[in-house]
Amino acid sequence: MSTELLDAPATQLDIDRSRGDFVYPESHEFDAGTGLSHDTIDYIATVKNEPEWIREFRHKALDTFLAKPMPTHWASHDLENIVFQNIRYYLANAKRPTRSWEDVPDDVKKTFERLGIPEQERKFLAGVEAQFDSEAVYSNIKAAVADQGVIFTGSTEGLIKHPELFKKWFGKVIPTGDNKFSALNSAVFSGGSFIYIPPGVKVKHPLQAYFRINAENFGQFERTLIIADEGSEVMYMEGCTAPKFETATLHSAVVELVAMKGAKIQYVTVQNWSNNVFNLVTKRAIAHEEAEVKWIDCNIGSRLTMKYPGVVLKGRKARGEVISIALAGDGQHQDTGAKMIHAADETTSNIVSKSISLGSGRSTYRGLVHIPKHLKGCKNNTECDALLINPTSRTDTYPAITVRGTGNSSQHEASVSQISQEQIFYMMSRGLTEAQAMSLSVNGFVNDLVRQFPMEYSVELKRLIDMEMEGSVG
Amino acid sequence: MFGQSREVQQTLKFMSLEIRNLHARIASNGTEILKGLDLIVEKGKVHAIMGPNGSGKSTLSKVIGGHPDYEITEGEILLDGTSVIGMEPDVRSRAGLFLAMQYPMEIPGVSNANFIRAALQARLPEGEELEATDYYANLYSKMDGLEMDRKFTARSVNEGFSGGEKKRNEILQMLMLAPKYCILDETDSGLDIDALRIVAGGVNSYRSPKVGMLVITHYQRLLDYIVPDIVHVLVNGRIVRHGGKELALELEERGYDFIREETAA
Repeated sequence: MSTELLDAPATQLDIDRSRGDFVYPESHEFDAGTGLSHDTIDYIATVKNEPEWIREFRHKALDTFLAKPMPTHWASHDLENIVFQNIRYYLANAKRPTRSWEDVPDDVKKTFERLGIPEQERKFLAGVEAQFDSEAVYSNIKAAVADQGVIFTGSTEGLIKHPELFKKWFGKVIPTGDNKFSALNSAVFSGGSFIYIPPGVKVKHPLQAYFRINAENFGQFERTLIIADEGSEVMYMEGCTAPKFETATLHSAVVELVAMKGAKIQYVTVQNWSNNVFNLVTKRAIAHEEAEVKWIDCNIGSRLTMKYPGVVLKGRKARGEVISIALAGDGQHQDTGAKMIHAADETTSNIVSKSISLGSGRSTYRGLVHIPKHLKGCKNNTECDALLINPTSRTDTYPAITVRGTGNSSQHEASVSQISQEQIFYMMSRGLTEAQAMSLSVNGFVNDLVRQFPMEYSVELKRLIDMEMEGSVG
Repeated sequence: MFGQSREVQQTLKFMSLEIRNLHARIASNGTEILKGLDLIVEKGKVHAIMGPNGSGKSTLSKVIGGHPDYEITEGEILLDGTSVIGMEPDVRSRAGLFLAMQYPMEIPGVSNANFIRAALQARLPEGEELEATDYYANLYSKMDGLEMDRKFTARSVNEGFSGGEKKRNEILQMLMLAPKYCILDETDSGLDIDALRIVAGGVNSYRSPKVGMLVITHYQRLLDYIVPDIVHVLVNGRIVRHGGKELALELEERGYDFIREETAA
């Protein structure tokens, strides 16, 4: 169903994204050049000094990528505007990730400052894996976390130093051929995190990673694998912001999570891509018996985002959750949702999605919930709410819920609303500007979800929404 | 008006909300609602406007507030001598105008405390932050005066409030924002007798030589609690009669028809 509102406020919102955009000059020691071929793969594997099995894995993945059609039979035709031969697939500042904050180049520090990561926050980070271009520039684990046996490294270091752990799960949650973009990532991935939490270890501080693109025509293909062993707990947070460019930029990540028996993983993302970025991400988790996986996801910006975090509920009493907020500004399309594959008895899943469309922005919810006949005691709850700001704003909802068998249940609620002219007048009559009024109501709409984000992110999120609304009315 | 000298009128201009020959129509269809309305609300005075349904009472409050549904075709609205025509509603509010609405809007997800705080913050100069402890102390004392439970601070603005709670919340906002001129649009509608007493108590507590009030109502009942200095009768987009508070009683007794007949005659 597609809904376009006729009765929304007539004022046009024009988003001035330039205020969040900036570029620092950069030079790259390693550059695979533009275009994608088996030579590109060899360049990446050689530069990264990777073992032979990864080189083979990449070459096979490239074949899969080339063979697979674009998913445009169901998705946006805008995907066809990606010119794969115009994209740079590998850039790196330095050969190795630096280890301490002192080693981080000044211009990179400057960028972090500009990104607004507070000084004291950096200190409190349990470990930071900040991805600057393709390679981890700065990676640091607090001694306490390392003492507990926690591994927190970049993906390359992970596969070289911890091959048994890495090989066991890499590409198992999301196989290369899952979709065209997971195949692309498998061919050219670099950066991203590898995390292993030993049995019973509960990581107190969230593990954080800041991602950032800072080069034109350059695709970022990070690959993250998190394994939480039996009874362990971890929260991982990533936030992204990118400068504005003339030509399209491609971001295509793959994130795999494995929660062993009784483990808990929370994966928090706040993304704010510039509006020329194609953000095509595959995120999936496997939850074993009594494990819990929660994806908390916020998408702001980008030209087109396609992202449907999923949980395969493989063990009895496993629990999966997706909490997501999407904000589609003028000319943007947020195509997001969730997948819950119930594969064991008494598994439960919860999906809460809220989207905001402004200007000619479009938000799409796609949900897949699957509970097969032979299972018992499975439950799903799906809620998706859309807020439309302008008459030209658009939202679509495609919930695919299959519940079979007698002892299983699902409930689904969806709503589309708007901020009325009367509400805006009411708030303005109290002294708030139109933009403040808009901002306050939009924040109000997502408030219950924002509260589920870690404190610093909820503040950041509010700021991002304010920024989107600021100067955007009139 | 009322035999004031020219000098007194000049001084009044800077201490009043003055409406002069106001003509306003509905923007979407051009229907004229206000047809040459004159009114001066001085500081320190409470004016009441009474009138039958459809006379233009609510339109008047919205036009003064700057509602985009209406267009002013002629006349002036002067706030302490400065025209507010063309000003956005938020600018008018920050200039000291307050509108207690007949149908207060619900704002889901925005807590009452945050909303009022944002409105107060909007009045501060750039870079200045509202002091949180003072703010809450002030908010709580005003809420106590209106016999509002503390839980209303955390609840979303007007969401799920009863009619009486919404009106109390309007008066709470008025007391918090401390305006120079208050327009109370049908503040009595939807109130039972206890709520009416409380709401009126809140309004009366705000009466002062520094504040001008315009109370718009259909019924005389409210004016037993908020006793006006002057009563105006609005019929067909014009003020057709002025008087003291006894005029309200007369209207209650005889209905609006006698005025209509007089006006038509």
